[in-house]
Amino acid sequence: MSKTTQAPKALRGVGNFIDDRFHLAKMGEKNLRKVFPNHWSFMLGEIALYSFIILLVTGVFLTLWFKPSMVEVIYDGSYERLQGVPMSEAYASTLYIDFEVRGGFLVRQIHHWAALIFLAALVVHMLRVFFTGAFRKPREINWLIGVGIFSIAIVEGLFGYSLPDDLPSGMGVRILQGVILSLPLVGTYVSMFLFGGEFPGEDIITRLYMLHILLLPALLLALIVAHFMILWHQKHTQYPGLGHTNKTVVGTPMFPAFAVKAGGFFFFTFAVTAGLSAFVQINPIHLFGPFTPTSITSGLQPDWYMGFLEGSLRIFPNTLDFDIFGYAVPVAVLIPGLGVMGLLFGALGAWPFIEQWITGDKRAHNVADRPRNVPVRTGLGVAGITAYGVLWLAGSNDILSETFSINLYLTTYIFRVLVILGPIIAFIVTKRICLGLQRRDRETLEHGYESGVIQQLPSGEFIEVHRESSDETVEILSSKPTITSTALDETVDDKGVESPESRKGMGKLRRRLALWYTRDNVSVADVEAHSGHHLHHSHSTEEQDKEPAH
Amino acid sequence: MTDKTNNDNNEPDETPERVVGTPAAEEHTVAEAEAERSHEGPYKASETHQRPEEQQRRGEKIASLWFILAFLGGIGFLVSYFVYGPEEIADPRISQFSNALLGGTLTLSLFGIGAGMTVWARNVMPHYEVSSPYDELPSDEKEKSSFSAFFMRSADESGFTRRPLMRRTLIAAMLPLGIAPIILLRDTGPLPGDKLKVTPWADGRRMIVEGTHREIRPEDLAQDPYGMISALPLMHEDDYGENVHYPHGISLNDQAKSVILLIKMPTGEDGQVEWGEGMTEERRNWTHEGIIAYSKICTHVGCPAALYERTTHRILCPCHQSTFDAANAAEVVFGPAHRPLPQLPIGVDSEGYLVSTGDFSEAPGPTFWDYAKD
Ligand code: HEM
Ligand code: FES
Repeated sequence: MSKTTQAPKALRGVGNFIDDRFHLAKMGEKNLRKVFPNHWSFMLGEIALYSFIILLVTGVFLTLWFKPSMVEVIYDGSYERLQGVPMSEAYASTLYIDFEVRGGFLVRQIHHWAALIFLAALVVHMLRVFFTGAFRKPREINWLIGVGIFSIAIVEGLFGYSLPDDLPSGMGVRILQGVILSLPLVGTYVSMFLFGGEFPGEDIITRLYMLHILLLPALLLALIVAHFMILWHQKHTQYPGLGHTNKTVVGTPMFPAFAVKAGGFFFFTFAVTAGLSAFVQINPIHLFGPFTPTSITSGLQPDWYMGFLEGSLRIFPNTLDFDIFGYAVPVAVLIPGLGVMGLLFGALGAWPFIEQWITGDKRAHNVADRPRNVPVRTGLGVAGITAYGVLWLAGSNDILSETFSINLYLTTYIFRVLVILGPIIAFIVTKRICLGLQRRDRETLEHGYESGVIQQLPSGEFIEVHRESSDETVEILSSKPTITSTALDETVDDKGVESPESRKGMGKLRRRLALWYTRDNVSVADVEAHSGHHLHHSHSTEEQDKEPAH
Repeated sequence: MTDKTNNDNNEPDETPERVVGTPAAEEHTVAEAEAERSHEGPYKASETHQRPEEQQRRGEKIASLWFILAFLGGIGFLVSYFVYGPEEIADPRISQFSNALLGGTLTLSLFGIGAGMTVWARNVMPHYEVSSPYDELPSDEKEKSSFSAFFMRSADESGFTRRPLMRRTLIAAMLPLGIAPIILLRDTGPLPGDKLKVTPWADGRRMIVEGTHREIRPEDLAQDPYGMISALPLMHEDDYGENVHYPHGISLNDQAKSVILLIKMPTGEDGQVEWGEGMTEERRNWTHEGIIAYSKICTHVGCPAALYERTTHRILCPCHQSTFDAANAAEVVFGPAHRPLPQLPIGVDSEGYLVSTGDFSEAPGPTFWDYAKD
C-alpha cells in the first residue's frame, strides 16, 4: 500500500474549526472505531431505520400538496372519471398529487411501500431480538423502547392510511370510531372529542394529519434516537463464535468498512422500495372513489399490519357481550379491537422481566442465544407468531372463502378453533424440534460432522466417516449455556428443609415455571469435543454404548 | 456464523482499557510493532486482510461500472420528469407509464449506487474483523457511593429534603398546572347528549334513493330487481339553516346515522309476508305492504351492512360478516354484532310517497354504553 493520504486542506480546516469548539478528536475516533458484529440478521433493524428515513423524506414532499380538509367540494380536477363527484378536499388533493404533480404518484407509492416495509422490518427485527435473547440484561430498556416504537408505528400507519379519505380509508376510520364507542362509560365522550362531534364530522382528518405528520413522527424519532444511543453505548450482541465473549465484541469497524456497507445497504433498501412503487401498484385511491359513510365494497383489505386486528374482529363471537343495569358492554368489540393489541404489547413488554423472574438470571448477556438452546422461549415465540398468523389470515376469510369455495361461516369456525389449537401445537412442535437440534449438536460436538464418505470396515459393516468440525463450530457447540433457574437450587437448604418462600403461592408458581422452563434440555457440559467413536475407525461395537442417551 | 472469521486467535486485550479503540499501537509488543511497520492501515495487521492488488483493481472497475449505471439512471430520471407534462399524466394510462419510467430510472440509480458501494466494500477494502471490549456497565462501588453522597449532600444543602412546607407547597403548586392541558382539550368536541340516538327521521319525512334526489314510492321497490333500495331522508332548506348547502342536500353526519335499507319482502301464496317471531304486532305496523326499513349501519362497529340476499332475506355486513335476518326484526344470525339493526317505522303520505312515521326503534350505529337508555 502506498503512503497514507494527507487529509485535504479544506477537510483539515473544517475539522480544526469544529474541534476547536467541541474537543471532538478523541471521541470522534472512538466512535469511528466502533465495532459492529457481522450477521445478516443485524440488517433487519437497519432496514427499519432506512425505511423510516424514506418515510420522512417522502412524507415531507407529500405535505406540499396534500390538504387535510374535510370540506366537501365538487371535483373538477384532471382525473376525468371522477369529475363532478362530491368529495372531501383531502381526497381531491390526493388525486391532484396522483394526476397533476409529476412524480407525485411515485412518491405517494414510495411512501406507502416504505410504510409496509418499515413495519415488516420492525416485526422481523423484533423477532430476531426475541429469539436470540438479545433483550436480556442489560438491554431490557432498549427492548421496551422497541415495543414503544412498534406500537406507535402501527398507529402512525393507520392514521396515514386514513388521510386520503378514499372509501377504504374512511371505512378504517369508521371502524376505529366504532371501537372507541364500545368503551364502557367514556366511549361516546372520547369519540365526540376526537371527532369534534359525530362521525365523520369535519375535523378528524385535520387532527389525524397533525398526529401523523407531527406528533407521532416526533415521538418515533425521539424513541429511535434513544434506541440508537443505547445501542451505541451498550454495543450489539453477537452470535457465539471464536473470540466472541461476553467481554469482547468482534466485528467490522464503523469506519471505513461498516459505513460503506451500511451506506450501500441504504441504497438497496431505497432501490427496492422505489422498484416496488414503480411496478407494483399500491393503494390506487382513484379506483376506490371518495369516502361516503353509506357505501362500501366487499373484499376490503386493510394494510397488512392491521390484518390481525381485522381478523380478531371477524372471528370473536358475540356470546360474551353483556349488559349491566341496562348499559351495554360489547365484549366482541372491546376484546378484539383493543384487548388483542393490549395483549400483544403487554406480553412483549413484560417478557424480559417474566423470563428473568423465572430463571433468576441477573447476569449481563452480550452473546446471543441460539434459538434452539432456549426451547421454551423459542416455542412461545413461534406460538405467538402462529396466533398472529391465524388472526391475520382470518382478516381475509371472505377472500379465502371465495378463492377456495368454502362456506364463509365455516371459515370463521375453523379460525376460531385454529387460533386456540394452532399456538399450542406450534409450541409443542417447536420445542421438540429445538430439543432434536440440541441432540444433533451434541452428537456433532462429540463425533464431528458426517463427511458423506461411506467406508466398509473389515467386519463388513458400513460406516459413514465423520470428520472433525472446525474450531469455530466446536466453539459454537460447546459454548451452549445450560439453562438453569435459581428457583430450583435455592429451595432446599443444607439441612434439607424447604425454604418457606418456595412453598408459598408465588414461590410455588415460580418453581413450577422454572421446572417447565428448564426441563428436557440437553447438556453438553460433559462432552469433550471429538471424543466420540466415529472418528476412530478401529472401534469396537461396545463403544456404541457411549452414545448419549436420547 | 459470522462471515469468514479470520481473527481466530486474537486474544482480547488484557489491559483494563475501557476506551473503545484507543489507538492499538500503544499496546503493542515489540515484535508486533515490527510486523506492523509494513502495514499502514488503521487496525492491527493480524485483524485486517488486504485484498490482492488484482482483486482490488477488478473491484474498482466493477464498482465504477455500477456507478456509471447509477449516473445514467439518475440522468434518466431527470429526463423522464420532462417527458410527460402535467397535462398528459391526467390520463391514468400515461400517469402509470410515467410512474414506471420515473420509478424505474430512480431504482436503477439507487441500485447502482448500492451495488457499487457493496463491490467497493467487498473487493477493494481490506477484510476486517476487529475486536474491542464491551464496556463494563455497572459503575464501581466507589463511583456509585461518591455520586450518591454528592447528590444527597447537595439535596440537603438545597433544603428540599429538610423543609417540608416548601416542598409540599411546590408540589401543590404544580398540580393544577398538570391538569390544565387536559382541561384545555374540553372544547375539542361537544358532549354526546342524545346526538347518537336522534336522527333526522321523524313523522312524515320522505326518503330519497341514496346518491340521487329521487323520492321513493312503494311501487319503486316492487319493480326493483334486488328488492332493496338504499335510502336517505329528504332534507328541506330549513333543516340546516339558510347558508348551509351540502352536495347531496344532507350532511355526512346525518347520512352516517340515517341511511336505511328499504326491503320489499317476498310474499307467500296468500299474499302475506312470512315474518319471523321477532316481528311483533308493533313492528309489523312499522312496515308498509311488505316493505320494511332497517338502519344500514351495522351495530358491530359501523360499516354499512350493504349486502342483501333476496332468497334468504339476509343482510350481510361485508366488514366482519355480521348477518341479520330481514324477515325477523333483523336479529343477528351470525357474526360479531350483538344487536339487531334498528327498524325504521314507515308508511306513505297523502301523495303516495314512502315516509318515516317516527325515528329508529333504537339508537342506530355501533353499540355504545348507554344506547338503550333514554
Ligand atoms: C424504528 C424502529 C427501529 C429501528 C430503526 C431499529 C433499529 C435497530 C438497529 C439497527 C439495531 C441494531 C441491529 C440489530 O440488532 O438488528 C437495533 C437493536 C435493537 N433493537 Fe431495534 N429498531 C427498531 C425497533 C425495535 C423494536 C420494535 C424492538 C423490539 C421490541 C427493538 C429492539 C431492539 C433491541 C433490544 C436491540 C439491541 C439488540 C442488540 O444489540 O443486538 N427495536 N435496533
Ligand atoms: S361492522 Fe358490520 S360486522 Fe363489523
